[in-house]
Amino acid sequence: MRYMLLIYNDEAAMASAPTEKTYEISAAYGAYTEALKKSGAWLAGDRLKPTQSATSVRMANGKTNVLDGPYADTKEQLAGFYMIEATDIDTAIEWAARCPAASTGTVEVRPIWEMTEYLSEK
Amino acid sequence: MDNRPEIARAAAEAAARQSYGKLVAYLAARTRDVAGAEDALADAFAAALERWPQTGVPDRPESWLLAVARRRRVDAVRRRLTSEAGRDHLRLVAEEVEARTADEDFPDERLRLMFACAHPAIDASARAPLILQTILGFDAATIASAFLVSPATMGQRLVRAKGRIRETGIPFRVPERSELGERLDAVLEAIYATFAEGWSDPVGTETRGRNLATEGIWLGRLVASLMPEEAEALGLLALMLFAEARRAARRSPEGNFVPLAEQDTALWDDTLIDEAEALLGRAAAKAIIGRYQLEAAVQSAHTARRRSGRTDWTAIRQLYDALLSIAGSPVVAINRAVAIAEAGGAAAGLDALDAIGDDRRLADYQPYWAARAGLLAKLGKTQQAAAAYERAIGLERDPALRRFLQTERSKLTRNRGEATTPSS
Repeated sequence: MRYMLLIYNDEAAMASAPTEKTYEISAAYGAYTEALKKSGAWLAGDRLKPTQSATSVRMANGKTNVLDGPYADTKEQLAGFYMIEATDIDTAIEWAARCPAASTGTVEVRPIWEMTEYLSEK
Repeated sequence: MDNRPEIARAAAEAAARQSYGKLVAYLAARTRDVAGAEDALADAFAAALERWPQTGVPDRPESWLLAVARRRRVDAVRRRLTSEAGRDHLRLVAEEVEARTADEDFPDERLRLMFACAHPAIDASARAPLILQTILGFDAATIASAFLVSPATMGQRLVRAKGRIRETGIPFRVPERSELGERLDAVLEAIYATFAEGWSDPVGTETRGRNLATEGIWLGRLVASLMPEEAEALGLLALMLFAEARRAARRSPEGNFVPLAEQDTALWDDTLIDEAEALLGRAAAKAIIGRYQLEAAVQSAHTARRRSGRTDWTAIRQLYDALLSIAGSPVVAINRAVAIAEAGGAAAGLDALDAIGDDRRLADYQPYWAARAGLLAKLGKTQQAAAAYERAIGLERDPALRRFLQTERSKLTRNRGEATTPSS
């Protein structure tokens, strides 16, 4: 099964962390990504620019509404993601727990709703 | 200020903590209806929290809870008294109510309950969680968090397991001598899994809510006291106490990981170590060797350093040889390789690691890569060591241990720099 690991962090805290700490964290992410790849679980993954660079778009009454900022104001912000292949939720949780974000913020694990599944459910 | 509600709440909670498992075990022993017993007890605790602030805490809170829980359960069964099965159930419950008065001492059925929870017909992954829930009253979310599964999965697993106890008729009994060995193993394994989950999380992070290591020891003490003649039950308790004794030394004041070899022996708890040694001695007197006794003996050899100042790696290696032959696992094989390296040099240790390198389970197993990295570093194979550290760092979930591995990895590049200067 495919799972998304959504990484939520307090981006203000991350931005103000000392350089040494930042280095340590990105090294940990590097190693984590490598471990995912070596295990064959890695499908995709990237880091997102901070929410100040976010733009939200919505169509209402035929009008395009473009907002400066993220969709939701939250204590922790979406900062990146991994898409992984795992046999079940427990394996996905095991990988989520190893993600450095699990000890600094939150990792949300969401199964991919495969097209074949929702087509056959109808 | 009137603090009676707090006193009543504290009394109910103390009773829950002390006797929850005893009450569940007793209520479910004849009907095998664990879920029903839990529901009835939940009602009884709710009633206690409502009543005791007004009436005061009864002299024997346990008996009070038991009496209320029984009444609730009779009511519950009466409500679904449409089938023959329901009638049988009610008869059992009614007999039980008549047979005993509320203030009588009731037998401790927790050991039987544990054997039911760790029965071969119960999915192995549900056994430890089931024991935690029925004996200690943990909720599914707390257990799920400790065992790294989703709360929904754990909830289902527990419901299914309880259903199986009733539907497949799993007995509440201590097995006969002929089958006791294997069945006791399952109980001990569940207890050790509980302890190990808490042990790998020494600071007890918020999500886990409770310190599972302490609960594991509590269960270990319970089994050791109920089965004082079982060498492995004593061995497991000794093993957990040895490990627990070193808890304070496992992290520096800054929260950094401290490897066993560098731990300050003054921070080890001598009382716990002495207790563990005594238990191990009692177990050895039974002359039935087993994996927990051997693992406890390894711990004993490590803690001997508090007196002798040195570690007897040859003895530890021999203990791991014995462990490998009776309970081989990747973990044992890795620890054995480390002992071989300490006793006979890093190259020999690395050979031992290479010999097990084909095991697929090791690819995603942090201790394997960390052990490999350490040995490669000692042999001066800096590049390979760095790659192995990278892998270990990527697989570790404990931030303190991850920091430690990162530091070790950075020492590597620094040492390589030094190695190029003639003075080193």
